[in-house]
This record gives sequence, structure tokens and C-alpha cells, in this order.
Amino acid sequence: MRAAILIAVFVLAAATTVFAQTIAITNGTIYPVSSAPIPNGTVLIRDGVIVAVGARVNVPADARRIDATGKIVTPGLINSVTELGVVEIDQVKDTKDDTAKGTSNISAAFRVWEGLNPASATFAPTRNEGITTAIVTPHGGLISGQAGVIDLVPGHSADMIRRAPVAMVAQIDNANDAGTGARGELMGKLRTLLDDVKFYMNFGADYDRGATRSLSAPRADLEALIPVVTGKLPLIIEANRMDEIDAALALAHDYYLKLIIVGGAEAWLSAERLAAAQIPVLTGAMSNIPSSFATLNQRQENAGLLRRAGVRVVLVATSGSDVTRFNARNLKYEAGNAVAYGMTHDDALRAVTLTPAEVFGLSDRIGSLQPGRDANVVVWSGDPFEFSTVVEHVLIKGREVQEPSRQDLLIERYRPRLK
Amino acid sequence: MKNSSLRFITSACLMLVCATAQIPRAQQPKDSTKKTSDSPPPGPGGTSVPNANPFPSTYHPFPSRPTLIRNATIMTAAGPSIKNGSILLRDGKIAAVGESITAPPDALVIDATGKYVTPGIIDVHSHIGVYPAPGVDANSDGNELTNPVTPNVWAEHSVWPQDPQLPRALAGGLTTMQVLPGSGNLIGGRSVVLKVVPSRTVQGMKFPGAKYGLKMACGENPKRVYQTRGPSTRMGNVAGYRAAWIQAESYRRKWDEWNANHKGDPPTRDLGLETLAEVLRGNILVHNHCYRADEMAQMLDIAKEFGYQVRAFHHAVEAYKIAELLKASGTGAAEWADWGGFKMEANDSIKANLAITDASGARAMIHSDSADGAQRLNQEVAKAMYAGRAAGINVTEDQAIRWLTINPAWALALDDKIGSIEVGKNADVVLWSGDPFSVYTKAEKVWIDGAMLFDRTDAAEQWRTDFELGVVREKN
Repeated sequence: MRAAILIAVFVLAAATTVFAQTIAITNGTIYPVSSAPIPNGTVLIRDGVIVAVGARVNVPADARRIDATGKIVTPGLINSVTELGVVEIDQVKDTKDDTAKGTSNISAAFRVWEGLNPASATFAPTRNEGITTAIVTPHGGLISGQAGVIDLVPGHSADMIRRAPVAMVAQIDNANDAGTGARGELMGKLRTLLDDVKFYMNFGADYDRGATRSLSAPRADLEALIPVVTGKLPLIIEANRMDEIDAALALAHDYYLKLIIVGGAEAWLSAERLAAAQIPVLTGAMSNIPSSFATLNQRQENAGLLRRAGVRVVLVATSGSDVTRFNARNLKYEAGNAVAYGMTHDDALRAVTLTPAEVFGLSDRIGSLQPGRDANVVVWSGDPFEFSTVVEHVLIKGREVQEPSRQDLLIERYRPRLK
Repeated sequence: MKNSSLRFITSACLMLVCATAQIPRAQQPKDSTKKTSDSPPPGPGGTSVPNANPFPSTYHPFPSRPTLIRNATIMTAAGPSIKNGSILLRDGKIAAVGESITAPPDALVIDATGKYVTPGIIDVHSHIGVYPAPGVDANSDGNELTNPVTPNVWAEHSVWPQDPQLPRALAGGLTTMQVLPGSGNLIGGRSVVLKVVPSRTVQGMKFPGAKYGLKMACGENPKRVYQTRGPSTRMGNVAGYRAAWIQAESYRRKWDEWNANHKGDPPTRDLGLETLAEVLRGNILVHNHCYRADEMAQMLDIAKEFGYQVRAFHHAVEAYKIAELLKASGTGAAEWADWGGFKMEANDSIKANLAITDASGARAMIHSDSADGAQRLNQEVAKAMYAGRAAGINVTEDQAIRWLTINPAWALALDDKIGSIEVGKNADVVLWSGDPFSVYTKAEKVWIDGAMLFDRTDAAEQWRTDFELGVVREKN
């Protein structure tokens, strides 16, 4: 019954927003993230862009009003490690487009978003629970490929892709996956590759004529890595053991890379080095099991300890099933657990909004509630990280995008049997 | 309160250390052969006749002192919560629960203003110990994937008591768990019910008097594992279960007859059929991994055909579609809050599953299937409870606490001993820093049989497994 009503509301909302160009979210507690919270504030949106945020905002008479009295208003959450839209059902091979075959474990030319399926059933539940933006990341090999950022709007790929590429993805945590037999061999292979990219940059014409020695990756991969070695495109490196993190830092120093660490199980042991090098870390706050010999000192306080040392921390989901897909929605609970284990609430909210926007070079458009930013906004019934909180409105570029998910439809179908 | 409690913890944990490491090796065999009073005498024919309990529990409660927790919200799982309540733990049991209890003179008194007390959490689906951390091949002992039907294997023979996942589960308020073989086989083997306590031997963790379970599995896993040799289809799966039960039935008849008249030589023992026959006699409980509604319905028919009960379906991702069948057959459903999407049979996962199962009158419970999730089953229940409310089902906190405690206790047939806060039950109790359904709440103290085995406020005294020494840094 209630599910049916909810669905009716969704449809109505979708129908009306098409015409409403100006939206005012009023009387909410606003968390702009870029500045202090505003009690009883208003967010004014016009044509998909935030035009005013504050306690005293004039609301035009023709604006559609969303009353947020007693509610919390935040930027839409950003989930920075996902396979949304590129893996539908993990064990159904035909629905998996996150891992390239590559050439000798190098897939730098792989553009994962070119396999994005905007019709994926994973999008609706994710955005209905407050995530407006996701980084879609490739996996596997030594160099996995290029990541792109999408807004979770219904439509076609072109409507969803915000910027691509936003990063190159690699890993130094698993020698075998890299096609090597030992960590040291992996690091050598990686350095040779980066040297070859530089060589290719300098002697590209000779290479094209076949007048050079052979290089360790095909032309398309070398080409794709140029922005990485010139420091224009961030390189996300998965590293977990303390020495892996230190090795990534050394590599970034030697090659002037714009490094981002992902995983970072033992990053807290290198917190000061990470802070000094200003290297951000993408990590969770719910893993504390020494699940491999590379993660023996994994602990839930990791994010809080890193933050305290001055490291920029982006929270990603780590606990539970399918946290990069079906349960990408659970990022908010990772943030709640981060708070329980020593992060401040402000830092945790920043770690799922403005910090990832900054790390991926998107903070001029998203991640905070400020005039001029895209209107990716969520209205919550209470604390965004609490289980008791319900997401009441999700706006992406000013468009209200909640619609019933497959899961809502199943509930609607099976719930009436109760009566 | 502070000083005495700290002293107490120190002594309890010294004991705890003793139990794990400091007893001379020479004493170990004597310990591990000691039998509890509930183990039956050996069979008349010596080893050729089944002994119902060849690996008896050697668990003894850790030393404890009377403990009074005051001014707590007590979620009893047996009725409405008690605000500003008190609970007295004495001699390993819950001695009193109420609004006001006078502390015995020797009691440790804990002021729990603003805090919550619940029964110890029970996880009916764990692979801790059989798939320990770190996850290395050398210790990967959960699935005997050499034959699709292996009722002859017992999970307890794979459990590594030094699994570092154990202390982490205890720190999440988990006091009892059923460790199951994996789901690669149609019939995977016997489960074991363990207390989450430090011990050098698995016998030292075994819940005295707990029944064994039998792990069965439907669907994708067995047919994927045995693709080339079979079963490779769901119909092959069903033929496999039925063939096993046909053998078991005949084995049970032979042995029941011999047990009745002791004529001639006893029939030859078969470890696998022995376990299945015990299921048919109602002495071992069936725990059946099954996702899809239609498969659960078929498994219920197979149970009817051979005259056994399915105690609980595990995962039961589509329980909400057939909750009335579960209710009618008296079968429980052990579920995740939100796992789904990882394979076809998990594709119809909904967060309201527990709420709908419960509201339909079937026995619903949370389970983890994960050493990670086992540390936060309270959070999992919170997700499921609020999802139920969002779907228009008014689940109260007093109902939801049952998903964590008394309902899983029922699935293990231990609901007369654990799972609720009632006088006379085992003093398995968790003190929470706040509402257990808040993301910010942590288990502060955990008691098993009245002994405080975890105290978050005292890092130096927390249980560390042998494995962790010297490689996992102590928290500072």
C-alpha cells in the first residue's frame, strides 16, 4: 500500500520537475560542507544550478518549494570506487564490463565507461539512497584502465558521464595479477612502463616509423599514459601493506605522479609520509580483519588516524556484499562507522562529498552547496549516516530523480500477501 | 565501580591468557579428553558402534563474579524493553532482571545510564575458524569439494581456534555461533555450535549439549562446482539429495533394528549415513542454504518425502515470496539485511525481507556468513528494521532484537538456554554504548556465562590470538 503511494509520489515528482525551473529547498539545516552548517537555511536552484545558499534567501514566487523543516540538506554523496553500470551481476559473465584483457596485464587504453549500461538496475536504489555521483573504476592487471565519473541520472551514457577519464587505475598489491612473480618484479615492470611512456613521448615519430627499440606496451596504452607521467591525470594505485604504500609514494616522487592511494589497509602506519607528500587515500572504516598478509594491520580507526595526521581521506564502502554495485548505496554507513571509530562527523561528510570532488578535480562543479555549483542535493529526514534516516529528495543537476527501483517493485508485488 | 571493575577485568583476562597460552603443554591431553556430564557412555561394541559424542565439549565457564548492571535500557527479546532497568549476573546465569535490584555485597556494580543491554548475539551462519584469516590456501578448510555429498565431514575438524576473526566477533557482541561447512556441496557436512571464547582446542569452545546441524545447499553453488562430473543442473541437485536420503533411510532402519535387539554383528558403520540417519531421527537439525522461493518450496517437499524437518533456510533471499510456506512448515529463515546482486539467485534481494518474513508469521533471523558482518549484526538488523518500516511494516525495536538473539537461538534449539534476558538463562549479555540500532553504537562489554570476556575500555586486556602476536600491532 505505502509502496504504491510512494511510487505515485515518485511519478508525480518526475512529471512536475520537468516544468519547474526554479526550486527552493527551505527551512532545512543546510550542510554546504565548504562552510559551516546553516540552521533554517534555503538552497535556491535555477536551471539545475545552485544560485543561492543561506539563512536569508529570497524565494521567487514561481519557485517550486521543498519544505525541509527539521531535515538535513547536504550535497549528493560521491561514491569513489564503483562498478555501477559496468557490472550488473558479478557471477553472470555477460554483464561484466569492468576488466579488460589487456596486453601483458596492461590495459591503460581501456575506457571502462564505454561499456556503461545506463539501464542498470543498480542505479535507482543507489540514487534513491542519496548517492548522486560515482566514479566508475576498471579492475584487474597491473594497469587496469581509466576511470570515469558519472552522475546517476536516468538517460543515456552521454547524460550520465560527467568527466572521463578522471584517473588511471593501477595496483601494486598483487604480483600475480600484474603478471609478475614478486612485488619487486612488479615495481620494476611499472617503472619500465613509465620510462617507456616518456621515451614514447620523446621519440613518438621514430616509434611510428619503427625506428626505436620495442616498448613494454602497445601504442594505445603508451598514449593513454602520457597524461599520467605529465602529472595531468591522477594515478590511483591500490596499495595495502605499509611498504606498498611507501613504494607508491617513492614512485610518485620519482615520476612526478599525481598519486591517489586506494585500499590503504595499513596507511595509518605511513600517515605522516602521506600527509607530507599530500597524497590522498581512498579507504573505508569497517574492515579490521587481517584478511591477507598485506592487510594484517587493517583497522577501523584507519580513516580517523589518517585524517588526524592531515591526510586527505575519501571514504569508500568496504564492508558487506557488492559494495561497489548493488550495495554502493551503503557508503553512508561506512561514513557513520568512520565517525564511530574516530573521524569527526564533519570530516566524514566531507570525505564522501567535497574531498572526493577535490581529489578528482570536480570541486568547481560538485561536492558542496555553493552558488554556481551543480544542484546535486539530498534532503534527509535526519543524520545522513544513521539507519533511521530516510532520504526524502534527491536532485541531480536540479532534477528530482527518485523513481521506484526493482526492489521497490518487488516489495509492492509481494507485500499485499500480508493482508 | 571503576576500580573494582578494572581489577576484575585484570584477573579475568589473566585467566583468559592462561586458558590460551600459559598452561604447560603436558596438561593439554588431560584437558581435552575430559568429558562433560552430558556425553553418553561409549557404545557396547566399542568403536564399531556409533558414539553420539566422540568429540565432547570441554568448555567450562570462565571465572566470574556477581555483576549488577544498573540504569540500562534492557532489551530482553522476551517482552517489552525495561527502561532504567537492572540485571544481575550470578554464577553464570541471569539471576534477576527488573527495575530495581539490590546489589549483593560482593557484586561488581556497573552504572549503565544512557546505555543498553541485550542478550548476546547469536549467528547461525558462520565460517569463522573453517575459513580463517588470513585467507590462505593452507587454512582454507570450509568446503570438502571432492564429492557433492559429504555428510561424513564435520566442521569442527576444520576449525582453527587461533582465527583472529574470533576476538573481533566477540567485540561485536557475538557470544554464540554455528560454524557450518561451505555451500559447495549438496550435503556439506555437520556444523558445530561454538561459544566465542579463547581456547586452544575447538572442544574447549563447543557449546555443551548443543545439537549438531547438517549443512545442505541448493542452487547455483553445487551445480557450478560439479559442472563437469555432476550435478550440473538444479534437477541434478534434487536427484542428489533424494539419492542420499534413500540410502540414509535404509541405514537408519538397519541400525534401529540392531539397536533394538542387538542380534548378531552390528551393521558396518558409515560416517556419512550415520549423520543423515541422525537427521531422520530428529537429532540433527537441517540448515539449508537456499536463495530462491521455488527451490525452498521443493526442499520442503523433499523433507516431507523423507520425514525430516528443515530447521532453517539460510540466505533465503526470496523468503518474502513464500513466507506462508515457511510458517506452515515451522521452518525458520536466516537472512542478510541487504546482500544481493552477486549472482542470479540473489537478484531479487530486498531489504524488507526480514520484516515481511516476520510479519507473515515465519521465524525470521539475521545471519552473517561473513566474519566482517558478524561484528555488526546489530547494524544489519537496524537496516532491515528501518527498511521494513519504509515498506509500511511497523517493526518495533523489541521485535527486531529477536532477529538477533532468540530466533537464532531457536534455530539452534538452544532457546531454553540463551537468546533472551530472563531469569535462569545463561548470562550471555552485551552492554552497548547506546541504542544498538544506531550506527555510532559499539559493544562496550560482553559477558559469556557471566564472565566478562571483552571490555572495550581496556585495550591491554583484550583477547589476542596466537597468530596476531608479533605481527598485528597492539592498539595504542
